[in-house]
Amino acid sequence: MMDVQRIRKDFPMLKAHPELVYFDNGATTLKPQCVIDAVNDFYTAHTSNVHRGDYAIASLNDRLYDGARGSFAKLLNCSSQEIIFTHNATASLNQIAWGLGHDFLKPGDVILTTEAEHASNLLPWFRMKEEYGVEVRYVPLDNQANLDLSEFAKALTPEVRAVAVAMVTNVLGSIQPIKEISRMAHAQGALVIVDGAQAVPHMKVDVKDLDIDFLAFSAHKMCGPSGVGILYGKKQLLDAMSPVFMGGDMNARFQKECTYELKKGPSKFEAGTPNIEGVIASAKACEYLMEIGLDEIHAYEKELRAYFLEQMQKLGNIEIYNPDNLYGPIDFNAKGVFSQDAAGYLASRNIAVRSGNHCAKILHEVIGTDSTIRASLYFYNTKEEVDRCVSACADISLENAIGIFF
Amino acid sequence: MSDYLQMLEDPEVLRELIMDHYKYPHHHSLTEDMKYRKVHMSSDSCIDDITVQSDIEDGVIRDIRFDGTACTISTSSTSIMTDLLRNKTVAEAKAIIEQYMNMLDGKEYDPGMLEEAVAMKNVYRQANRIKCATIGWKAISQMIEESENSHE
Repeated sequence: MMDVQRIRKDFPMLKAHPELVYFDNGATTLKPQCVIDAVNDFYTAHTSNVHRGDYAIASLNDRLYDGARGSFAKLLNCSSQEIIFTHNATASLNQIAWGLGHDFLKPGDVILTTEAEHASNLLPWFRMKEEYGVEVRYVPLDNQANLDLSEFAKALTPEVRAVAVAMVTNVLGSIQPIKEISRMAHAQGALVIVDGAQAVPHMKVDVKDLDIDFLAFSAHKMCGPSGVGILYGKKQLLDAMSPVFMGGDMNARFQKECTYELKKGPSKFEAGTPNIEGVIASAKACEYLMEIGLDEIHAYEKELRAYFLEQMQKLGNIEIYNPDNLYGPIDFNAKGVFSQDAAGYLASRNIAVRSGNHCAKILHEVIGTDSTIRASLYFYNTKEEVDRCVSACADISLENAIGIFF
Repeated sequence: MSDYLQMLEDPEVLRELIMDHYKYPHHHSLTEDMKYRKVHMSSDSCIDDITVQSDIEDGVIRDIRFDGTACTISTSSTSIMTDLLRNKTVAEAKAIIEQYMNMLDGKEYDPGMLEEAVAMKNVYRQANRIKCATIGWKAISQMIEESENSHE
């Protein structure tokens, strides 16, 4: 059983802001002391570049930086040679989309995705349509953004060469059946690309078991620092894929005739000086989560979410868009109050949530509204915080929302 | 006039003003009339999405109208703006806009020139909402500038 009160002591932000209810974990998460220390130690005790120095501190950083791959490999059940560090989940997805367009796809090939995707799992594909003539199609979803496998089977025509979906959608928290999607897609030779930004921080994601070809996620949504993305790819696919960026540390040799040979392995995709302290601290975050246990985190959040939903459903002024989903954020509006006004009122009560369309600009066609409030939990949140949020939600009204300005 | 200005210092009055302009926005419909200039404002924030139209002739703003989806502050500040700048000369309008922008910057401003727009006087304290209170005002500024450039 998780000891939430003990866990909360690890997070300085919670100490610094006892008044704050932080329910914006879908946007980014708070950082435990061990992650902060790892960043700080790099600057105060062992600063150097990586893969370039012959002195002891440089070797230490090489070990820590490349060792970070091992932590993520353990988290995902893959080889450390299949872990690439980028700058965020967006950068990972752009590398995957561009790499597919450049090396694997031909004009007329179809990318199958959904209308619930975040901008970062759509716009890179839109560009592949412009640049490589691939076609983008959407699998129909139900009104809570769940993908139906019989619809998926119908959409999986022979021209589909890749499927790109979020394992957990960022607005509604719908969990998509990745294992079945992979099995069906692979049966006809299509690749499976998974946006794991809202999944990996909250549940066990085993890339072998799910048979995922490419996975993208961000460290900052799992207690790590900003500016670090992770790209997992099956080794044979990474070997066949070109990097978006060319430059230092990723080439083996080059000549004035414009010929060059690139390094093998993850380095090929990591041109230039990386976010060294960020990667080292991300590994700390990864180990911190594994120590608590991803299954424990998942179970705790699920229970907390169920309690949150039950309390919110008692409020007459609140409309909830994803009541049947068992997991992820609660997405709602206060009746008659524009989402940003309501979020402004909640902020005046020290409740941090997000309002708007959450970078999923075509989702409104699925749920029937343009903008919502998203309250997203993490394992350090508590029932007491849920109660405070619910009591503030009960008071959302147009009068109160305008009242914050006076 | 001074009674009126005094009334506009009462928070309760200002709150009612915002509420009223939000629920029943003024000049809240677009026209097909081709002589109108038009600005679609949606890029500053990913939520608000409003279109403002204006008829500026011979250096006078003869009409301003708007429509769209937006929060209370965006809607009411734009509605108040359509009342305030209607039938003003471009020079008068620019002076009022300058005072309004000063207010939203937390600087000194002349409440007498801003009339009902003083309802937005505290918005500058919430940095993330300043763009809401200025979205319609930026649209009219852009159209005024275009109207001036087209005469050069």
